[in-house]
Amino acid sequence: MADKILLAHGSGGKLAHELVEKSFVKAFANPLLAKLDDSAAMDFSGRLAFTTDSYVVSPIFFPGGDIGKLAVCGTVNDLAMSGAKPLYLSLAFIIEEGLPQDELNEIVGSVQKTAQEAGVEIVTGDTKVVHRGSADKLFINTAGIGIIPQGVDISGDKARPGDKVILSGTIGDHGIAVLSQREGLSFSTQLKSDCAPLGSLVAKMLEASPDIHCLRDPTRGGLATTLNELAKQSKVSVRIEEAKIPVREEVLAACEMLGFDPLYVANEGKLVAVVPAKDADRILKAMRENQYGTGAAIIGEVKAEHPGRVVMKTCLGASRIVDMLVGDLLPRIC
Amino acid sequence: MKFITEFRRSELAGGLISQIHRRSKTSVRFMEFCGGHTVTIFRYGLRQVLPQTIEMVSGPGCPVCVTANADLDKAIALSRLPDVIITTFGDMLKVPASHSSLQKVKADGADVRVVYSTTDALVIAERNPTKSVIFLGIGFETTAPTIAASILQAKARRIKNYYILSVHKLCPPVIRALLDSGEVKLHGLICPGHVSAIIGSHPWEFIARDYNIPCVVSGFEPLDILQCVDMLVAQVENGESKVEIAYRRGVRPEGNREALKLIEQVFEPCPAEWRGIGEVPDSGLRLRKEYQTLAAEFAFDIEPEPAYEPGGCICGDILRGVKTPTDCKLFGKACTPEYPVGPCMVSSEGSCSAYYLYGGDFGG
Repeated sequence: MADKILLAHGSGGKLAHELVEKSFVKAFANPLLAKLDDSAAMDFSGRLAFTTDSYVVSPIFFPGGDIGKLAVCGTVNDLAMSGAKPLYLSLAFIIEEGLPQDELNEIVGSVQKTAQEAGVEIVTGDTKVVHRGSADKLFINTAGIGIIPQGVDISGDKARPGDKVILSGTIGDHGIAVLSQREGLSFSTQLKSDCAPLGSLVAKMLEASPDIHCLRDPTRGGLATTLNELAKQSKVSVRIEEAKIPVREEVLAACEMLGFDPLYVANEGKLVAVVPAKDADRILKAMRENQYGTGAAIIGEVKAEHPGRVVMKTCLGASRIVDMLVGDLLPRIC
Repeated sequence: MKFITEFRRSELAGGLISQIHRRSKTSVRFMEFCGGHTVTIFRYGLRQVLPQTIEMVSGPGCPVCVTANADLDKAIALSRLPDVIITTFGDMLKVPASHSSLQKVKADGADVRVVYSTTDALVIAERNPTKSVIFLGIGFETTAPTIAASILQAKARRIKNYYILSVHKLCPPVIRALLDSGEVKLHGLICPGHVSAIIGSHPWEFIARDYNIPCVVSGFEPLDILQCVDMLVAQVENGESKVEIAYRRGVRPEGNREALKLIEQVFEPCPAEWRGIGEVPDSGLRLRKEYQTLAAEFAFDIEPEPAYEPGGCICGDILRGVKTPTDCKLFGKACTPEYPVGPCMVSSEGSCSAYYLYGGDFGG
């Protein structure tokens, strides 16, 4: 095989077939993909959850993961956030010519490993190779399908006054880990991305109580943006307490240095759950028993007044608004 | 010692807050000069927990906010030149200049890159020998030494394609200008922490001596600011005016001598234009003659578009502490962080942005 990806690898010709068969079909080994038909045919019964996402992270390798792991986790998590059991993914690679074959293989390997952990199969895919400069090394587009169990009805508009807000662990790990590797910003940290598939955590939570009102993974825009979305969709306010939000000391330190607020920094392996108060402790206990929920905590509750607002009690005992993220997070001057 | 969580402990904060309430008898107005302090004050809702005797006003200590439109326009004009890479700190990207912003020219194809330090800008210059790399030197005494160091590094490493647009500003002269204007009456000044880490606390002595205003240098955590306010209150109630440091872990009275030496070697004071305040003598820094070939204004021929200030925007009055963001007709309506009209709404350290993001019905 060639040591770099060439335009010919996306041409549909022999090199393209070689790439698909040797790199993808072998790695993702499953009967649906191996048929190499134009589409995968599957049987379903029940309510389907269907989602799509694109991944353009730079750099494509970062502490704690890479773009492949991220693509699987991100898609699986979007399905899990509607309570669905994730089943099948599609995967489309847009590759910048010149990408080392080794790097592609490593990413394919981590897609395979993460898919296996998440219990999903890659059943269809596509590869395009574009001229140098037309993409940044590698972009991945995915779609995902899952089945929603009976009796589960989770949506962003279902938060009710009195509900408790649970966060599954520390915030900001992914955003700071990725930023630490970026050209022009590199700083050294032991921090790793929290990138993880959350299907098993959600399954545990639903076992504890199927009556979960909202689930959302606070990815780009961070916890603050997610809570604002829920408050607006449900026409309620969310009151959180700063002291109860778990944040690693390294994340706090990096945020201070860069002038960020951890509430706005991205996560890839965390979720926010809005649950009835009576079930909160049971769900929290179930979460803490799962490897991706050991740091879970109740961080606040839902209120009727000031609909659409998120308000935080600070460590001084005062209250302040927590708004959505505006634009990009940009490091400050001093 | 943990340098962040230790300074956010609510039980300690509670003690300080009660002490301030007990001590404060006289009605006073304190100014926090620095935008970083403004952000902490709003982010933690500090104004809500202070007694009614204490009024806090925000000062002009946000480097992005005080940069004159004419200087921003130069940066825009430079970014439009062929084979130029503009490197800058992140919060400059969104600031509206007279007719555009770096974010917009970037979308139009200009090569504008965000860096965290000048070291990174130098690396970009080394990796792109056929391009001219211009660093936008915006900031106070805090950032000036790192930019001075990068200039010396560029010389030492024979990097010939590295330039600086220096719009640096110095803090003590502008505070003197503010106090001399008599527009705002102050009973205490929270002196900037990072600036003082470089220049020390001595340069603030004139404020205590000539204007009888108590001064305390503060750090940026909520407990730092509470301690600073408590010390200011103590001075007021004792009828004193002196310079104290409530940020011993970062600031020495004499400052950072190495950093000061670097500034002195590379830069010389010059008059500078401050948004809303006007020209203040000796409040800017320009490259000394021997480094002038690295000054972007000299190396490149640019004709910035004529500067224009948006109508209705009162950023200038806000920067002087004469008005507050809620006095502005545009605030929260025509001017929001998504669609900023003035720089105080766009900079992460701007007063309007802090009022808008953290204030609303609850903060303030």
